[in-house]
Amino acid sequence: MNIAERKFALPEELPVQEVSTYTDTRQLLARAKREAVKKGYSDWLICDMDAHHVETVSWKEIVEYIEDPVLRFQAQLYHNERHGGTAYGLNGDFGLRYQDVGGRITHQADRRETVKNTKVHRDVVLTRRAMDGLAVDYMVVFPANMLHLGLHPQQEMEVLLARAYNRWMVEKLLSADPGIVTLVYLPFNTPEAACKIVEEYADKKGVIGFCITSVRHKPVHSNEYMRLYRMIEETGKPVAFHAAYHWQDPSLATVPTFLGMHALGFVWCNMVHMTNWILSGIPEKFPKLKSIWVESGLAWIPALMQRLDDQYLMRQSEAPLLKRMPSDYMRENCWYTSQPMERTNMKALQLTLEMINADTQLLYASDWPHFDFDTPGTIFDLPFLSEQAKRNILGLNAAKLFGLDPRRPAGVEDLD
Amino acid sequence: MAATKICPASELISAGKKVVSIDGVEVGIFHLQGEFYAWHNRCPHQGGPVCQGRMFNLVEEVVDENRCSHGRRFNDERLNIVCPWHGTEFDIKTGKSTGAQRWMLRPAKVFVEEGQVILDV
Repeated sequence: MNIAERKFALPEELPVQEVSTYTDTRQLLARAKREAVKKGYSDWLICDMDAHHVETVSWKEIVEYIEDPVLRFQAQLYHNERHGGTAYGLNGDFGLRYQDVGGRITHQADRRETVKNTKVHRDVVLTRRAMDGLAVDYMVVFPANMLHLGLHPQQEMEVLLARAYNRWMVEKLLSADPGIVTLVYLPFNTPEAACKIVEEYADKKGVIGFCITSVRHKPVHSNEYMRLYRMIEETGKPVAFHAAYHWQDPSLATVPTFLGMHALGFVWCNMVHMTNWILSGIPEKFPKLKSIWVESGLAWIPALMQRLDDQYLMRQSEAPLLKRMPSDYMRENCWYTSQPMERTNMKALQLTLEMINADTQLLYASDWPHFDFDTPGTIFDLPFLSEQAKRNILGLNAAKLFGLDPRRPAGVEDLD
Repeated sequence: MAATKICPASELISAGKKVVSIDGVEVGIFHLQGEFYAWHNRCPHQGGPVCQGRMFNLVEEVVDENRCSHGRRFNDERLNIVCPWHGTEFDIKTGKSTGAQRWMLRPAKVFVEEGQVILDV
């Protein structure tokens, strides 16, 4: 039988042949959504503890919220008159943005997809599309470039920009969708300003905690922060240490690739803060203060637990507030986000999850739209976890920690 | 599943790549250096739409006889398909992931008959 006489199944050409920066998030995450349907996530509460929007795209709007009239005016002029300029007042790494692996991962580079909905901010729609694709019920949205703000040479600028961003965030994003929540930025280099943020935002809709960006050279155990920790503890809401990289850090001066720098940088900052947090006895001083360690992955935790325990047993006089082993505090007083979850050695990962008591302390995070994002499947597919443990990690632990309604929030269907 | 007539071979030779769905099964068909290759559109890393990514030539390190490195270059003979979710790269001819070759794409049978590209998944 020749080819003309035979019957063939009909192929359908996929609408996206090659993903680009213009590809709709729904199309890019179509496979994740199909996976969610197949695995029955509609019956699961899924909380994504760490996702991002690109705040610098909206920086011209955000500077309108700067309270200082002189700097606000300067920022307005800057954005009206300057072409090719970066976001006013922001420090950072400018051209060292190699996250997209030289054009291989386009959603990290930019998202220029069409958004028709003009009733809400564009970032609301982009976030909803990601939530739809990943089957997420609550998505914690953080900024991206502001993760470097703790290194700003002008201490006051961190305060001004943080206050402007937080106000904009609450008005534009959090008010638009009950599933979009955040931990507000604390200008940690100025403790009294951080306290003021806690006072002002603890009861705002969608604010489920407070965020300290980890890239900064401040001792978290300093007495100047005790009032801040007490205030946060009294709110009942957690404080997160959100990691980032800092290539200019002298410790990374010899590292020539983004791969190496990123692998180390995102862990190192939180290892330092965690060491000070535990050994200075913060969990003993503030036993109800809940800390979350965000975006450092998980492999560093067993290593640090063992290092601190080992040294503590020989030098207890240097950590006199401790009544338990350092690893006990790390397991019982701290929570961790999963992404980027190291999965190349399942035995190591299983032991890690046991050591941190993942059943209660681990929170799923996607880190969407960054290059190393994790789908909920990274947790769902783990062969050694019970279904209850998976449900806890994917959503129920977060619901309990943040006091979220464990039912899916009333959704907004408009994704266009 | 029955064989599927995709398109004239000349069309795919010109395009270099076509990603299709047949009853929900997605496959990427590639034409490279005179041969056709077909791989299921699912990345073994995290399930991303691997065949809908960009294609990049393999990157190599230039090392001289004294083991000194002199930067990187593209290998014009080796073309990879790169998963757009996380950047995992696969050799289009072998389906193996580059470097440590940890993963392998799932193959699909593709051939040309009477000038038509036929896919049998």
